[in-house]
Amino acid sequence: MTALRVCRLLAVVLLPVTGLAEEQAQLPGDYCHWEMVDYGIQQPLCGLAGDAGRGQAIVSDSHLGNCLACHRLPIPGIEAYGTIGPSLAGIGARLDAAQIRLRVVDSRHINPMSIMPGFYRDPRLIHRPGKRYLGKTFLTAQQIEDVIAYLVTLK
Amino acid sequence: MNMACKTLVLVCGLLPAIPAGTVVAGEPRSGYEFIRPATREMQDDDFLNPGMFTVEKGQQLFREKLEGAGKSCAECHGDDGEGLDTGNIARYPVYKGGGLVTLQRQISICRTSATGKSLVADHPDLVALETFVRNRARGVPVNVQTDGPMQALLAKGEQLYRTRYGLIDISCFHCHGLYPGQMIRGQKISEGQGNGFPAYRLDIGEITSLEQRIQQCLTLMRAEPFDSGSEEINLLGLYIMSRSNGLKIETPAVRY
Repeated sequence: MTALRVCRLLAVVLLPVTGLAEEQAQLPGDYCHWEMVDYGIQQPLCGLAGDAGRGQAIVSDSHLGNCLACHRLPIPGIEAYGTIGPSLAGIGARLDAAQIRLRVVDSRHINPMSIMPGFYRDPRLIHRPGKRYLGKTFLTAQQIEDVIAYLVTLK
Repeated sequence: MNMACKTLVLVCGLLPAIPAGTVVAGEPRSGYEFIRPATREMQDDDFLNPGMFTVEKGQQLFREKLEGAGKSCAECHGDDGEGLDTGNIARYPVYKGGGLVTLQRQISICRTSATGKSLVADHPDLVALETFVRNRARGVPVNVQTDGPMQALLAKGEQLYRTRYGLIDISCFHCHGLYPGQMIRGQKISEGQGNGFPAYRLDIGEITSLEQRIQQCLTLMRAEPFDSGSEEINLLGLYIMSRSNGLKIETPAVRY
């Protein structure tokens, strides 16, 4: 069963029970469906190509990816970072693009208790999003691909 | 069956009874232990602590004659609140009259009985009065009731505490239960205790009630915060304050 089908099933089964669906998010029209295969997402989201330069800006920007909130990254001049997640130095040598993509898109497929936000998690699974974030993903598909293009360079 | 196998069976048999992510709770640690030394110095010195301005504002309100009542809080409780029972202050929020009563609510009830006008939760005057009153009990250990009718309310509060919210999609427990002491972009994560509140927040430069702090945290999680005075925010406040039982009141604490 694909991850998407599991997500849909969970949404159908859980949301009515928890009664949290007063203002149910709709799946935005531009949300690209993805499939988990071998604990990775093999295909780039929406078939987009990422840009490593933009990716590096996104991981540092506290209003975008803000990966530095929880991770250390080998970017010169960065002093404030987090120690909640592992350092991402060398992540491109430890994981391939498909494995990184799944972790960035929705790491709860690896660890259901994970503290890591799903940056392209199905918005219908988000509980009580702020009104301006209703039906939105944390990052766009293009931003996700940019981040992955950057992370795979960290060998 | 050898010993190792027996142990494995025993451990596996126990696993379902342990809720996911449960950590063994030790003694609670005040946010004071997680802030920088310079912030501690600021908190410890009443002349440097910016929260003391709110204590003074609260004291002024405490001494002012209430509109339409012809008397002030101070006329019953003393100019410096010396008539207040500090042990009782440390018990808030309390269970009273079939429900939860926060310290702000108690102050509001008291004033309303004299003026007929009530103040909404987290009204600046009410936060100032709460800051002044809680400051009277500085050093007294938090002592929230956890038995009797409080049990059911605390269970609800804990459930809210462990629920994921917003686009960042994490619960209070994720950060403050699993990762205290770790850094989040250069700031140390605390246990999220309530003993210092209302506290002065350096990040926003304002005095902040515990309930307002929870709202700010939810907003940061890109979640829709619970309304001031709502059942959810009060239950979260209750649960968080009960986690602080035994910690000395620090109001007004200085926090990031």
